[in-house]
Amino acid sequence: MHHVEADIREPLILGNKTYHQITEDVCAPVEGKAGKMWYMVFSLAALLALWGVGCIFYTVGVGIGVWGLNKTVDWAWDITNFVWWVGIGHAGTLISAVLLLFRQRWRMAINRSAEAMTIFAVIMAALFPLLHMGRIWMAYWVLPLPNQFGSLWVNFNSPLLWDVFAISTYFSVSLVFWYIGLIPDFATIRDRAVKPMAKKAYSIMAFGWTGSAKHWNRFEEVSLVLAGLATPLVFSVHSIVSMDFATSVIPGWHTTIFPPYFVAGAVFSGFAMVCTLMLVMRKVLHLEDYILVKHIEYMNIIIMLTGSMVGVAYLSELFISWYSGVEYEGYAFMNRATGWYWWSYAAMMTCNVISPQLMWVKKWRRNLTFTFILSIIVNIGMWFERFVIIVTSIHRDYVPSSWNLFHPTFVDMGLFLGTIGIFFVLYLLYARVFPVLALNEVKTILRTTGEAQLKQLRAGEHISVSEGSKH
Amino acid sequence: MSTVIYAMYDDDHVLLEGAKKVIAKGTKVQDVFSPFPIHGIDDVIGVKKTRLAICAFIYGLTGMSLALIGMRYFMIIDWPMNIGGKPNFSMLQNLPAFIPVTFEFTVFCTAHGMAITYFLRNKTLPGMKAKNPDPRTTDDKFVMEIHVDESKEAETIALLKETGAIEINKKAA
Repeated sequence: MHHVEADIREPLILGNKTYHQITEDVCAPVEGKAGKMWYMVFSLAALLALWGVGCIFYTVGVGIGVWGLNKTVDWAWDITNFVWWVGIGHAGTLISAVLLLFRQRWRMAINRSAEAMTIFAVIMAALFPLLHMGRIWMAYWVLPLPNQFGSLWVNFNSPLLWDVFAISTYFSVSLVFWYIGLIPDFATIRDRAVKPMAKKAYSIMAFGWTGSAKHWNRFEEVSLVLAGLATPLVFSVHSIVSMDFATSVIPGWHTTIFPPYFVAGAVFSGFAMVCTLMLVMRKVLHLEDYILVKHIEYMNIIIMLTGSMVGVAYLSELFISWYSGVEYEGYAFMNRATGWYWWSYAAMMTCNVISPQLMWVKKWRRNLTFTFILSIIVNIGMWFERFVIIVTSIHRDYVPSSWNLFHPTFVDMGLFLGTIGIFFVLYLLYARVFPVLALNEVKTILRTTGEAQLKQLRAGEHISVSEGSKH
Repeated sequence: MSTVIYAMYDDDHVLLEGAKKVIAKGTKVQDVFSPFPIHGIDDVIGVKKTRLAICAFIYGLTGMSLALIGMRYFMIIDWPMNIGGKPNFSMLQNLPAFIPVTFEFTVFCTAHGMAITYFLRNKTLPGMKAKNPDPRTTDDKFVMEIHVDESKEAETIALLKETGAIEINKKAA
């Protein structure tokens, strides 16, 4: 088996690593103590989270009246936040599943953390449809369970119900995919653990993994099938979410472009969030040899691509609103650009259309500071996109006597900030307890993409993957 | 009397070549423990292809059938309702609206059915004890487990050392 790597291929793992060194590098944050930075950020996130939990109790206890909704604008920040979080979640699945199917080895340094981001983002997303029900204790009514109301069934024609199945499936399948991948890495930590509590905890979490050939045989098959299942899930889930709007009659909502537009937008914002998280994490956890500028560049290219798709969708919408000749559609877009909420439309256009185009410049897309700032701008823009779609379309639709404005209350804002807090609390805890990089998966590419190993391969020398390898 | 020999390597390619030589000599390799899957090992030591994907397909068919039969009962037979005038007089007429839920439920059953089967078949469940012979096999070492008759023990060990094993351990079977 004579392996060849094209000369233009850059290494995916820097330095002179061995299999053992990879284990050490990735287990260090789990086995070591957290730095001051971790505690500072965690405290801030925890405070926000606590405020958010308070707002949740207030909403459930007092009712949806504590939000700024009214009869005209009956969906605002709640559904904006829902779609924003679900969109962010999609990047994790795309990185793990779609890049696996496309055999992109560069996914391995970031897939574990991206999937963690997905899990936590979907939990945050799910909070909003649950809370916006008002009577959350009746949430089980969305399930088709036999009941005493004549057996009143749920409406399977409604995208709001399709969402129930889609989000539950997406969350549970992502969780299973993530956990199955984690098991061999938990086994690594288990076998290294010295402290009895840690050894017991990781033994339970590792499910008794042995790493035998048959175990791996099944593992690879399961990973492939789950990746194959998760890929259509990504596309279907956000298409279904878009149908919440597209299947309505509201001008600005009732448009066939929504499913591909939303999916592209989700990948766009999701990758931006992955960049934000990875840029901080690689520095703090000293993983700069694994999460390279190359990875950031590839993610920026995807951001550029999907951002362009979103930009084209915006332009199509604008064009069709005039070309269709439907006066309500025409007004909806005139109102978006020049009406009461023109500033949110401007924010959306600047952040989402202009910013990804900057990634055409190679120097900028390989610049970490630039990427960090841009990734936050993209996520702000994508929040505004959902806000514009939802609020500007319904605040002035068919009947002018119903036209009304929307003003968020402190609870609307507190809930949103609270979910950001809860997300970071979960993510920071994850970074201390879980191996943030798929360490055993990365070992499989050391031989062919390690910096030292590539030098040896190209010089025709023996490739060394372990210390003291004499053969 | 047979003994169990554990041959440890620090390079997966070296183990693969070693396994081929051992098999060529007619000795069966019981198992190989590694921190990541070694490509090519299954054909060499005779690990059969897993049927998990076939199971997954069957679970998927089950999920799809359940979803379609369920929705036909709920929406067409038991309590049909006029929702925006959408035709619901037959399953075929209303089918487009039922596709999203059918798809999601199929994926749900496929994924979870396969995952549960995977855990059960691997015998990896919460609380189970690890059975790898050496804790270093989840870090950077690769171990070949061979069962041989006592009489063949010495020559097998010699062959293993020749193939590049860095450590040999044994225990009575």
